[in-house]
Amino acid sequence: MRIGVVTFPGSLDDSSALRAIRLAGGTPVPLFHASDDLKEVEAVVLPGGFSYGDYLRCGAISRFSPIMSSIIVAAEHGFPVLGICNGFQILCESHLLPGALTRNQGLHFVCTDQPLIVENTSTPWTSGYTKGDRLVIPIKNGEGSFQASAETLNQLESEGRVVLRYAETNPNGSKNDIAGISNARGNVVGVMPHPEQAIESLTGPSVDGLAFFTSILQSLVGR
Amino acid sequence: MATIVVEVMLKAEILDPQGQAVAAALPRLGFTFAKAVRQGKRFEIEVAGTPTPEMLADIEKAAQTLLSNPVIETYLVRVEA
Repeated sequence: MRIGVVTFPGSLDDSSALRAIRLAGGTPVPLFHASDDLKEVEAVVLPGGFSYGDYLRCGAISRFSPIMSSIIVAAEHGFPVLGICNGFQILCESHLLPGALTRNQGLHFVCTDQPLIVENTSTPWTSGYTKGDRLVIPIKNGEGSFQASAETLNQLESEGRVVLRYAETNPNGSKNDIAGISNARGNVVGVMPHPEQAIESLTGPSVDGLAFFTSILQSLVGR
Repeated sequence: MATIVVEVMLKAEILDPQGQAVAAALPRLGFTFAKAVRQGKRFEIEVAGTPTPEMLADIEKAAQTLLSNPVIETYLVRVEA
């Protein structure tokens, strides 16, 4: 199973995401922002970082990169895409996911092991979890406050498209404690926490993030 | 040569922590006039000659797609001599 990870100028967690795919049993494939070649991968991860310096707005410039034009077209046809942190911001700027991620309430860059609740297990990225699972996964961002209109929030809630929610404390002022959402079809998922940093007990606070990567491999096998 | 100014502001309903931080700092300096502060962005785009209606339409499009995110922001385009 070939899973791609895009490296943008300023990506930070691309190598961690490639490693997570490998440890989950997949074949990690590095992809580059300046090429529109998806190299026959079956799913893509947009990693964390500060792509293109995050100038203008987070993800605003990455959205227009050659690789994103391929990913946007594929995603609209059901191709699985996971955006982590900066990747989530890019997916919102690409209009593949609704809403936007804005400056954290309180202005702090928040770097912590965050308790989360799994809300939606019907996406190919979260099918290995059980609804209501409590996870601890690192968050590390300055602009992670999920904002959307009341109408969009109602739609996300009524359609069950909130994938992850912050538990115990809301670290950044996100509406409805939202930490991750999916598109209507479920193939595109964006999360602010970093599952690729919680795959081994040696380096992470838990191994709670690994199931994102095993889920997609199992979903692809089952297709 | 003309300068086209695009001003981008967060929508009123979107939390603006930067504006709030400025509002909190003003009274510390003895300025007590501010009830609230909103912070935005200003782009100055230099163009050759007098802007044509087509050019302004293009700038409008750029303001909508790149310079602002219509989900959270509003923008205003004006021409400065």
